[in-house]
Parts: sequence; structure tokens; C-alpha cells
Amino acid sequence: MSEKAWEPRIVGFFCNWCTYTAADLAGVSRMKYAPNVRVIRLMCSGRVDPQFVLDAFARGADGVLIGGCHPGDCHYAEGNYKMLRRYHLLRRMLGDMGIEPERLRLEWISAAEGDKVKSVINDMVAKIKALGPLGLPVRFQTWDGELAADGHAGREEVRHG
Amino acid sequence: MRQSMSEPVRIGFYICHCGTNIAGVVDVDRVAKYVATLPNVVVSRNYKYMCSDPGQELIQQDIRENQLNRIVVAACSPLLHERTFRNATAKAGINPFCFQMVNIREHDAWVHTDKEEATTKAIALARAAIRRVPHHKPLEVKQVAVQPGVLVVGGGIAGIHAALTLADGGQKVYLVERDLTIGGHMARFDKTFPTLDCAACILTPKMSQVRAHPNITLWSYSEVVKVDGYVGNYRVTVKRKPRYIVEDLCTGCQECVEACVYRQPKFPDEFNVGLGLRKPVFLPFPQAVPAIVSIDPGTCRVFTHPNGCKQPCVTACGDRKAIDFSQKEELVEVTVGAVIVSTGFQIFDAKRVPYYGYGVYPNVYNALEVERLVNASGPTNGELVMRNGKRPKTVGIIHCVGSRDENTNRWCSRVCCLYSLKLAHLIKERTEAEVWNFYIDMRTPGKLMEEFYNRISGEGVHLVRGKVGDVYPDPADPEGQRLVLQAEDTLLGRVLKFPVDMVVLSIGLEPAADAQQVRRTLNMSCGSEGFFLERHPKLAPVSTCNDGIYLAGCCQGPKDIPDTVAQAGAAAAEAYALVTRGYVEQEPNTAYVVEEDCSGCKSCVPLCPYNAISFVEDKKKAAINEALCKGCGTCVASCPSGSIVQNLFEDQEIFSEIEGVLANE
Repeated sequence: MSEKAWEPRIVGFFCNWCTYTAADLAGVSRMKYAPNVRVIRLMCSGRVDPQFVLDAFARGADGVLIGGCHPGDCHYAEGNYKMLRRYHLLRRMLGDMGIEPERLRLEWISAAEGDKVKSVINDMVAKIKALGPLGLPVRFQTWDGELAADGHAGREEVRHG
Repeated sequence: MRQSMSEPVRIGFYICHCGTNIAGVVDVDRVAKYVATLPNVVVSRNYKYMCSDPGQELIQQDIRENQLNRIVVAACSPLLHERTFRNATAKAGINPFCFQMVNIREHDAWVHTDKEEATTKAIALARAAIRRVPHHKPLEVKQVAVQPGVLVVGGGIAGIHAALTLADGGQKVYLVERDLTIGGHMARFDKTFPTLDCAACILTPKMSQVRAHPNITLWSYSEVVKVDGYVGNYRVTVKRKPRYIVEDLCTGCQECVEACVYRQPKFPDEFNVGLGLRKPVFLPFPQAVPAIVSIDPGTCRVFTHPNGCKQPCVTACGDRKAIDFSQKEELVEVTVGAVIVSTGFQIFDAKRVPYYGYGVYPNVYNALEVERLVNASGPTNGELVMRNGKRPKTVGIIHCVGSRDENTNRWCSRVCCLYSLKLAHLIKERTEAEVWNFYIDMRTPGKLMEEFYNRISGEGVHLVRGKVGDVYPDPADPEGQRLVLQAEDTLLGRVLKFPVDMVVLSIGLEPAADAQQVRRTLNMSCGSEGFFLERHPKLAPVSTCNDGIYLAGCCQGPKDIPDTVAQAGAAAAEAYALVTRGYVEQEPNTAYVVEEDCSGCKSCVPLCPYNAISFVEDKKKAAINEALCKGCGTCVASCPSGSIVQNLFEDQEIFSEIEGVLANE
């Protein structure tokens, strides 16, 4: 981190058909919004594995934004409902882990709602700024240091698959 | 394909300036220099227009000279140019799926103003792709056969023109119309601007051609209730509503109409927007296609009267035996390769602007009603008489009712200025009345439209620039028939009051009431106004985000007849190209089960909306039918043992992206 003011880092998982297209529309319409979200394109919000969300937090994300089609409008019929279930579970789980559930957000943004991309991102950035940094990687280091000082083995590297 | 997974990864990275679109905000040179320092990157360049031929050639040359086996292009949205760069990659001999695109235009340069921030974001997104591509595997594009035949939904002028174009090209067309007759709104119009040719004269021959065409199956009084399948193979279920007439046996002689126990027409006539009357058995209008009568169960005594009816209609029909009171709703199924949606619009309900008094004062009409009143086959045989039986001597036409209005619909309906001028001309021609047009802006773009405006304004029609704020009964008129229009003439800067006999509201065009339902049935998107959304407003104006489904006419947005017909022709051409090519290429983003990891828990099986996942009993493992899988990845995210893999969106690919966007420089 440089001496610049802290800026939140948010990972976005946008479905190809609605929210990603809406973000394209926001671009074509030259709407201006906060630059903190890094979008990863998936075909459907139903593809968002809970591990993606946890991994993003573990690697330093301060927030995770998931964008899908409106209920009833999913390109794949009901993938967004599957995401909705996971979202509720994930929020509870994050809370139990001591992470503010508001750091995870799910929004239905249709291909026509470029302005919603802008307002959701700006709003989320403002809210995450109010929450402050999550900084899990730094906390991991601290905890590892404490454990090592107590003579325990260090934390295992984050692994996948 | 010459590369294999064991080869060392050699990435070529290209960042596009897109003129100044990207380079004006993102420091492309800095991004390229940064990416050059990342592992596996062999070449890192910036170039003015990557999508241009020299840009694509640059990639191909680098592939050949530097033995690249992965390509990353940071430019516009993958929805725009992913295919372009995949093709370029493939031309140089490497698998097109060993390519990844980074969106730094729509998602970065165009939405941010701070150069430093935009460049930092571009670097993060580029880094994610650089980490992702080493995991890409060569994939094969699958070809899927396209069934012949096209479904056209909606039989207005758009659907008619599209159906005839396809049928003339030798395609089998199923034309589904919700109403009793095809023709749509155009069949109700009198004359059409700017040429003032009669709508029926140009439309009805095309309607007859539809009926006569050997390649067209017309299902009138029918609705599409279900669409399954995918591009090239849409299984469509059509509900045929009972009209209590056997279509093949009715000759359209209308002897049954004569014979009906109701001697005189008694019920509001839908075709004449309620201004005329019809019998319970009726032909919507003389040139209706199909030219067969229908029985309305809501008014026919056989259905409404406890003692029934003597059924003189059946007697009159005699041996033809075309009347069948026991007719039931019927479902028919058909498989087609493509669908054209031409479901049209509905008119704005003027009651939503209460201060214009529509529905309150009988002498306030909407424009469609006036179309019928001036139409020779309308309820008054073309004589413009009001509900009080009088001819108007003064008429006020109010533009933009339900258009360009914050309180109702914000869009311009595009046709109202011109049809208002047309109605002004027709009213003047029929009644010699003084006609006042109240407009906000006079919008007359298009070929011959400005000339038409000049012509009408030269005919002595009064044009007042100002929005009417109120319509109320003239207190000076003892009979209470005359109305006063109050408007500010913004050119004079004065509020004026105009007493008139008749008020015509130029209502706007809206998405049809069931547009949302149609959209869901066909898996399309709508714009914020509710009109169906085209894939790209400029470059794919008749395509939708659902492959093989095309748009024509006002269901996509308000437009006049020339534009509707042009669009219908374009939609027909797109559908024709798809169906005659005979195959589609499918994105290989399907999922598969890694058997050795599958625990056989079956949790994925019910998740698939396409029933693509089955449980193989003897192996106790799940299996995915690739032909049915549409590649959403929902099962992949849900598998507790991580045994399902989605091509192009493998877990490892996504994790690498997450790592890439979050890594500290």
C-alpha cells in the first residue's frame, strides 16, 4: 500500500447476459462511476461458487459484488435463484466469521440498466469506504506471526480445487 | 492444432488505443510495459486499432515469429470483438480458445476520468487475464444442425412482410396472430403518410398473399404459449383459441351473419375500436384474412342465454357445417430453426392524462378512433361525424399525448407528428373544418417527411407551438358540446384559449400489455421502456441476445410503416441466413463431470433447468449430456466435491482471475 488514501478493492462477478451487458451499456453511455470494481465475467450468476467469494476476501478484496438477471429473467431460467440461496447462506457465514455481511452484495441488473450499474457501484464503494479496509491478507500475516511466536506451525497457503 | 498442454506457455499481450477512446484515459504504454514484466509474457505491445487488419496481422505475425501459444487482447467488450480476435488467433494456427479478452473500454476508459485510476484498473484487469490464459485449453467448436422453418409471432405489417419474404425464399413459415385477422394496426388506418396512399390498398394484397402462399401456415386467433429448445431447434407450442367456426369449412359467405337472431348489430365492434356495432357472429372487416367469420361466446345467445338459441346461423350454414359450438382450445406443436417477433405495440391510454378529458367528454377522441371515422370502411363510412351526430367545424389536435412526458412515457413515439398532420389533412378534406395542431416540437425526419410537413402547413392547417394544458367545456356553449383548449403559444409567449367542436389526442405508442410475458416466453430482454431489446443498437438491430430470435416492427420501438417494413425485411434476411446455412456453431462452454471425483451425491441433478444432468445408476456417477447443456455453470458452482468442470470457465481460470485483479503490483 502506498501513502495514498486507502481505496477499497471490490471484485465483481457479473453474468454475461444482464449485468455485464449493462456495464457495457454504462460504458457506451459514458456514465462515470467509481473505479474500484474489477469485473470477472461469468455466463450466469449461478456459476458464482461460494469459494470465489471467500477467495476474493482472502486475497484482499474489501467487497464482492455479484450481478445477475432479475428474478424470472435469467438467461438460464433460474441460475440467479441458485445464487440467491448461496448469497443468503454466505452472508450468514461471513457474519459468523467476523466479516461484515454488507461486504457481499447481490444485485439484479438487467441489460438495459446501465444507470443501475453506476448507482450500485457508487453506493457500494461509499458503503465499503465507511466500513473501512477488510485487509484479510494483512490479518493473516499478523495471526501467523502470533501463532509462530506461540510455537505453532504457520497457516497453510490458500489452496483451491 | 499444434500446441499441446505440455509446451511452455508463451503469451502475447496487446493493448488497443481504440484511437483516443482508450488511450485518452488509460496510459496504454505503461500497461504494456508492466505486462511485459509478468511471467510467461513473451510479447507485449500497444497498437492504435487492434481490430483493424494490420492489428490482427500483428498478432498473427507474432504468433508465427515468437511461437506464442496464448493471446490476450485488452480492448473493448468481448461481446463486441471476442470473435474477431479468436478468428485472428486461429488463422495463425493456435486454438481460438487460447485467447482472452480484457474489457478496458466499456468497463474502464469510458466510465472513468482519472487517468491514474483508470490505468491502475487496466493493469489489474490485464494481469488477471495474463494469469488466466495459461489454464486455457484448446477446445473444439461444435456444429449443431438448424431445423428448417421459421415462426413469425404477430401478423401486423411487420410479421406479414417478414413471412412473405421468407416464404418467397422457399422457407416454411408459421405465422401466429393473436387476433381474428392479420393486418394489425395498419389495417385500421385510412391513409398513410407521407404519400397519403390508402392503407388498405397497399396492405390487403399482402394479406391475401399470406393466405394463398403455399409456404405459409397461418394460425390466426392463436398465441404462442411455450418455446423450448435453442437456436436452430425451437420447439414451439401454439394455443389455438376456439372461434366456433371450422376454419377449413367456412367459405366466408356471411349468410350466418345475416341469419343471426340479432337482426341488427348490437355489440361494440373491436375492429372499429368500439365506435361501430357488430353481431355475435361476425367478420372483423371486409378484407379480413382469413376471410372467415367468428362467434363471440361473450355475446352469442348459445353461450349467454340459459335457453340457448334457435341457431338460425347453423341452418343458414347448411351443408357446409362450418359452425361448431363445441370447439375447444387446441395446442399445436412445431419445431423451427428461427423465430421472428413482430408483436407490435399498443396505443397509449389517453385516460392517463385526465386533464384532456378523454372518456369524460364525448367529443374528445384518440387518433386511432379518428382513423376509423375517416375510413371509408369505418363505422360512419368515412364521414367524419362526432358522437353527437354533428360534423365538427373546428378541430384541435393535441400532439405528444403520452409521449415526451415525464409523467407518462418519456420517449418520442416518432409517428405522431406525421400522423397528426395527416389527420389534419384528412379532417380538412372531409369536413372543411378549421384544424389547429398543438405541438411541442414538429418532428418530421425521414424521406419525404419534411416535404409532407410543408405541404400540409401550406394547406391552411393552423400549427401552434405549445402544449395544451387543459381541456374543458366551453361555458359560452349552452349545449355544452364545445370544448376549450387552453395552451400557451410559446412563439407568441401568450396563453390562448381555443374553442373547438372536436379534440383529437395524438396518442403515443407503448409496448404491448403482455410484452413482458412474450419476452419471458422467448427469453429476450427489454429496454427500460419495455420495448424488446436488440442485441446492438447499430450493428445488430434485429437480433436479440437469444440466438435465432429476431425482432421486427414496433415491438422493438416506435417506428413508421416504411421503417417497419425495412426492419421486417432485415429480420427475414437474418432468419433466412441462419436457416439456409443449416448449422450453428456452439460456444464450447459446456460442463462435464470428472467421474473419478464424483461422489454420486446427485445434488447437481435437479439444479439443471435443461435436464442435461442424469445419474448413471451402474456407475453411481452423474453425467452431463453435452447437447443439452447450455453452459450456465450452476451445477459446477454447486458440486460439493468439485467434480464438475465448465469449459472456458474452469475453477482454476476464475481463481487466477481473482488472484490477478487483487494482486499488489
